[in-house]
Amino acid sequence: MIFDAFIIAVRELRRNLLRSVLTSLGIIIGVASVITMVTLGNGATEQVRRQIASLGSNLLILHVGQAPRGHGGVRGKAPPFKLEDARAIAREIYGIEAVAPVSATPMQVIHGNRNRLTSVFGTTSEFFEVRDWPLARGRTFTVGEERAGKAVCIIGQTVAKDLFPYEDPIGNTIRLKKQAYRVVGVLGEKGMSSFGTDRDDLVVIPIKTFFRRISGNTDVGRIEVSVMDESLMEQVKIDMESLMRQRRRIRPGELDDFHVRDLREIAAILSGTTRSMTSLLAAIAAVSLLVGGIGIMNIMLVAVTERTKEIGIRMAVGALPGDVLLQFLVESVVLSSLGGILGIILAIGCSIWLSKILLVPFALDPFIVCISFLFSAAIGIAFGYFPARRAAHLNPIDALRHE
Amino acid sequence: MPGESFVTLRKITKVYGSGSAAFTALKGIDLDIAKGEFVAVMGASGSGKSTFLNILGCLDSPTSGSYKFKGLEVHRFSLNERALFRRRFLGFVFQSYNLLSRATAVENVELPLVYRRMPRKERRLMAEKALELVGLSEWAHHRPQELSGGQQQRVAIARAIVTNPELILADEPTGNLDSEMSHEIMKLLVSLNRDLGLTVVMVTHEDEMARYAHRIIRFMDGMIVNGSDELWDARQMK
Ligand SMILES: Nc1ncnc2c1ncn2[C@@H]1O[C@H](COP(=O)(O)OP(=O)(O)OP(=O)(O)O)[C@@H](O)[C@H]1O
Ligand SMILES: [Mg+2]
Repeated sequence: MIFDAFIIAVRELRRNLLRSVLTSLGIIIGVASVITMVTLGNGATEQVRRQIASLGSNLLILHVGQAPRGHGGVRGKAPPFKLEDARAIAREIYGIEAVAPVSATPMQVIHGNRNRLTSVFGTTSEFFEVRDWPLARGRTFTVGEERAGKAVCIIGQTVAKDLFPYEDPIGNTIRLKKQAYRVVGVLGEKGMSSFGTDRDDLVVIPIKTFFRRISGNTDVGRIEVSVMDESLMEQVKIDMESLMRQRRRIRPGELDDFHVRDLREIAAILSGTTRSMTSLLAAIAAVSLLVGGIGIMNIMLVAVTERTKEIGIRMAVGALPGDVLLQFLVESVVLSSLGGILGIILAIGCSIWLSKILLVPFALDPFIVCISFLFSAAIGIAFGYFPARRAAHLNPIDALRHE
Repeated sequence: MPGESFVTLRKITKVYGSGSAAFTALKGIDLDIAKGEFVAVMGASGSGKSTFLNILGCLDSPTSGSYKFKGLEVHRFSLNERALFRRRFLGFVFQSYNLLSRATAVENVELPLVYRRMPRKERRLMAEKALELVGLSEWAHHRPQELSGGQQQRVAIARAIVTNPELILADEPTGNLDSEMSHEIMKLLVSLNRDLGLTVVMVTHEDEMARYAHRIIRFMDGMIVNGSDELWDARQMK
């Protein structure tokens, strides 16, 4: 019976193909926008997750100054870190994998007649461990080079490509502040960050070299720490804070003049933003699904009026009110699911296209696809019920007399 | 063969509309129909024949009165029960055929079986058999608009009998047909009545067609004017 009803429904909808498609437009748009939004949201979250993982998983960064709240925080007044702070963290806190003090500054880097404005990082070999960043070629600094503050460097992919388009950078020299540095290694590629900066645009030199030749002091800008296991993150963070309070002689009740940033927090903020975007768009989608449902109700009422005579005939030959009800319900469900299917197809197309444009991975969630489909079918039932009931409750003789 | 009570109508009235616009189309109909009878209903236009037949066919409900069918109190039925009743006992033939124009002849004939949840193959077989009975086997896969009026009416008759009903209700079945075709249809109805034992109640305007019946009931202004069974009696005499 339901199969017969289905056949009739498909036949009827095909007879009015254009009308059917136009009617399901609301559903199509609703379903398509829900799926597209969720897919892009997932893609963005996935991208942030990947970038954070590529930055080095379980990374904590110790900054000078208070944690930024809103716009601008009190910075600069606080005393900088020293190398000894990094050593103390490595020595006294349990659960740490690697610690890297980092001082950085933007500088002009020159090779031959080529030059580029890039970031120069003074740090230790552990930096590559903290950031989980293997070298593409060459080697890291030797202990001797670090201790003596030799003029050696490791360059990022972008710098390598820009300054050495035709030559092998390894063994060649670059110039910073008119001083020559020998290139001993080239870093692997990291690509763009989610903030649109090129993470391969840097030159890394030993921190002692940085102190001596570039900054002229022994201030450490920040200390990057990687933790052995994610479950230890909280504890390490607390330990670092209390260690630093002690080392910087901050009395109880006084505010910290430093802060530890956990990259997972940034990830949480970013995915929170996408989530609130998603719920806003879900609300829009819900409205368009509602409008779509009303469209379906409207067209089903038209169909019942158009086919009143047919309903009368069916009733005369033995259709029960329930049979008529089922017939029209099936028809509206087929109509709304048609909208659902077209919406899904549209959504897949749109999300592939948009994820290319927005440079986020295409992360289609089959669960959301199923839910949207079921939801569109449910709209058919909800909004088809009233017209179907009206058809089922027609008086047979009135229906038969209808022209 | 008038035997035990088959159809019993008592004081059936039908009022259309309400208040000052109310119109009484049936003013107390008392009638018994026996199983196996062929009854013709005649009367002037607007005298209430169709109204009566529709009530008999449970397509419409009476305003008051009692309708018993084989002891069932039909006048008390709900909408759904009336649908079940039609499905179980009745077959309809209309003046305007009332075939589904988008379905072929055989599909039209099997429609009642669809609503009886009969499996596909079986119902197709039965529909073909019914079409054969009305002599339309070759036309099974044609749509109504490709058939003549007489052929369409025969499809409608096939559809009415495919479910083995006990009562056939025909409202001016020959009203749209020429004389030759009308006689063909009447002969078909007579043979169904005689060979299959179907009870037939038929509304007609034409004396010629009414003569095929055992009994003629005449309506005037919503009432039966002669309940006499002249034709029936005349035949019984022979
Ligand atoms: N749905 C209705 N609403 C109001 N009045 C109706 C309705 N149906 C029929 N009538 C009236 O009831 C009366 C009887 O109608 P009915 O159709 O039974 O006549 P009839 O004997 O079949 O006539 P005809 O020979 O023309 O078919 C008519 O006067 C008609 O106008
Ligand atoms: Mg009439």
